[in-house]
This record gives sequence, structure tokens and C-alpha cells, in this order.
Amino acid sequence: MPVLTLPLVEIALLAEPKLACFDGRVRDAAHSSFYNYFGTLSLAARDTISPGKMKPAPFDYHAPRKLEEAAELLASLPNAKILAGGQSLVPMMNFRYVIVDHLVDLGGIEDLRGIDVAEGRLRIGAMMRQRDLELSPEIARHCPLMAEALRHVGHRQTRNRGTIGGSLAHADPAAELPAICAAYDAVVHAASVRGIRAVPFRKFSAGFMATALSPDEMIAAIDLPLWRANAGHGFHEFARRQGDFALAGAAALLDVDAAGIVKRAALALFGVAEGPLRLAAAEAALTGQVLDFTAIRNAAAAARLIEPISDIHASGDYRRHLAQVLSTRALIDAARRAGVDV
Amino acid sequence: MGKQATRVTVNGKSHARVVDARLTLADFLRHELGLTGTHLGCEHGVCGACTVLLDGRSTRSCLMFAVQANGCEVTTVEGLTPDGGLSVLQQAFVDNHGLQCGFCTPGMLITLTELLRDNAEPSEQEVREALNGNLCRCTGYAGIVAAALDAARQLRAGTGG
Repeated sequence: MPVLTLPLVEIALLAEPKLACFDGRVRDAAHSSFYNYFGTLSLAARDTISPGKMKPAPFDYHAPRKLEEAAELLASLPNAKILAGGQSLVPMMNFRYVIVDHLVDLGGIEDLRGIDVAEGRLRIGAMMRQRDLELSPEIARHCPLMAEALRHVGHRQTRNRGTIGGSLAHADPAAELPAICAAYDAVVHAASVRGIRAVPFRKFSAGFMATALSPDEMIAAIDLPLWRANAGHGFHEFARRQGDFALAGAAALLDVDAAGIVKRAALALFGVAEGPLRLAAAEAALTGQVLDFTAIRNAAAAARLIEPISDIHASGDYRRHLAQVLSTRALIDAARRAGVDV
Repeated sequence: MGKQATRVTVNGKSHARVVDARLTLADFLRHELGLTGTHLGCEHGVCGACTVLLDGRSTRSCLMFAVQANGCEVTTVEGLTPDGGLSVLQQAFVDNHGLQCGFCTPGMLITLTELLRDNAEPSEQEVREALNGNLCRCTGYAGIVAAALDAARQLRAGTGG
């Protein structure tokens, strides 16, 4: 039977083995790794699919106006999922990789929006759209690393809808925003009927497309502890086409004193592990050293020790090479922006 | 399961419907309102053919549900087209060979409408970056980029349309 005449579910079945990659995971050029996580198809299609209409399985839609109301819904409804920007969830629903009974749309909750700078931290509401953050003067002033990274997140049309909270909860290993949060040692505020708890990002990120969120929890806000205003930042990623998920990327922050000594360094990699990866060895190699090209090159050499995944897009060896090159470039940019000519 | 009322203003006209919650905005536009200018290519957010303006911002209409657009203003390619003619941008597509089969064109026009509204004098690089979420399999993009730059010139000079 020609593929085009098959119902969608069977097309997905046909397509699925082709997407399997070397380590048993599954990746797709467009939506990176969501097939891995949902690789076993839930074929409990509850109805027939009429061509051209209604790809997702049926669900009840809820649009709470208050955070408390959303928490109640998540706690009480069976098989409920949060809809933030929907730019990763809705594709998965269209493919029926995800089938839910209830969708709780956070789009109408005013409390989940806003940017606030106080007490040495930048707080970002979970439902802030990526495009709004990209254009925000506060982000540009206080967190230019994030502003630069956002230009690489998906496309303008997806950034117009996609949110920071959605990106963190989705936790794609090739995503930029989780890496920025890792670099900043962000704190994620998770809300539920039990209240709000603060989760350090190193605990929030919990492996491949996994987070520390319970099924009834949602991200309310993200805190980024601010660095000194004259700290430098650098961000580089490599993708085959602009807007695609990166094969690998690096985000760097450097705080350098007047004598050119590194007081503090952060280097986060993405696309090379199950989640964002802080390269602690590189940070330790830089801290306390005079910042010059040799120091950067030696620090970035720590990327040689990582063991990235291989898949249909790139081998682990190539990703390791990219990680080292991109780390070097990100650190050079960070150094220059911190006022050190390397 | 999952019926919901939604009211969406499309190209200036308000439409109230009770729809399945799972009905995408794209299918709402095409099947409920008969506005088939919005094209569906991939239906998972990759090709950009279904791009519409949602409250003035380019949005993939296959990646949101019609119920989410409740209270919003949507502009489709039909809404970009003046009565009895083509817009400056549309005419520039004709003049610069910016389309061949035409399938991607609605999404291209919507995306470039947003770009030219926000940036009257985009560079070629800025046009290409804006278009990175819209796939065209015919033109190789050169004609589309030329059309965008041509339209921007005409709009700045006030000579178009």
C-alpha cells in the first residue's frame, strides 16, 4: 500500500524504525529527540482519524486564570498535561506520541509572566515567550548570554509562542535555554497544590528529557543569580541549518578582575549529553589563572574527556570535537567581553 | 469529549464556534471558515506553510489549538490581500520570481509581513534569518529574498501598490 494512503498512525509505525539510531534511541531532524522518549507508540487511538482534521487524540481543554486553579486541576485530573507554548508538545500530540485526557493551558495566567530584577537575581516568569525575552531590555542588560542564546532557539514563529518554562520542562538535550540555566546555576520554582519549592538547576535536570518535576507540578518562575555587570559571556553552537537543533553548543561566563585573573568561570555544553553539561574541569582550570589564549585552550581541552552520544546526525567523536572548538570560541568571546584581549 | 466555545477574529471578522478542543487553528481556518489560503505542509511545525499572524505575531497555526486563539486576532494570507489587487509584497513576489508552485507562499508572505512591519530596512542576512522557519522546495529562496528586499525598498519609498 502506498504510504500516502495509510492512516497517520500506520505512517508513524512505518517511520519509526527508520528513526532508530545507533544507541537504540530515536532522533528526528526537526524535533530532535522527542521520539526517543516517546519512542514506543501509544497506539490506543480512541477514534478514527479523518484526513485533514484533528490529528491529536481527543482531550478536555482547561484554561485556568490563576496559578492555584492550575495546580488544583493538575492534582485532580487524571492523565493531564500542561500546555505552555506548545511548540514541542503539540507536534508530539499531532503524531499521537503523546495522548492526554486533559490539557491545562497556562497561557491565561498573568502571574506566570513578567521579568523582575531584585536581590542579585533575575526572575523570569515561566510563561514568558522566548521572543519577548529575546527582545527584552532587561534580559539584554542583565543576562546577555540568554539574549544571545535565544536567537538560536527554533525559529521566529516558534519563539513567538514557545516559553522558557516549556523549554526547561521539555528538557531536550540539544536545547539552548536549559544550558543557559545550567551555566547560571539557576533556581527553578516548581508550583503544585503543596505550594512552591525551589529546585537548584543541577537537581532539576534529571537525565534524558527528564526533570525533577512531579506529574502535578509546574514551573512558576526561574531565578538566575546575576554575575558582576562587567563579566563576559560567549555562546556558540553548530547546527547544519540555522534554526535546527544544534549538534553541539557551548555557553560561557567569565568574571575577570583588574589584573586579568579569572575570579569565576562557568562553561555549559549542550547537545553532547543527556542534559546540559557543566564542564567543571574547564572552570577549575581557568579560575585563579591569568586569562589568555593558552589558558582558554587548556581549559577547553577538558571537552576531550566527554563521551557524547552518537546518532544519525553526528558521531560522538564529531560532537566531542565540536564541544572543544565551540568551548574555545565561547570562552574567547567571554574573555573579550570581559575586557581581556585574547 | 472536549467540545469548547471559541471566538476568533479572523481578517477583521469575528467568528464564534463550538469546536473540538483538539482542532488545530490551521484546521479551524481551513475547515470551519473555508480560508484555504493557509496551507498545511508538515503539521508538526517544521515547514512554516501554515504561518499566520496571531495578534500581529507570526505563529504556526498547526501548533496551536483553535480554543487557544479564543479572543485573539488572526490574520491569514487572505487578510494580507487588498481588494482587487495584490499587496506590495505580493506583487514583488510576482516580479522577482518569488514563487513557483506556491505552496509555501502564504507562510512566506505572513513571515515577511511581520519582518517588514518591524524592520523597514532589513539586510539580506536579516531576511534570510527571518525566513529560516519557512521551507521552499522550488525557488532556492533567491527569488523570495529578492522579493522581500524589493518590497522593502518600495515600501520605504512609498512607491508600491
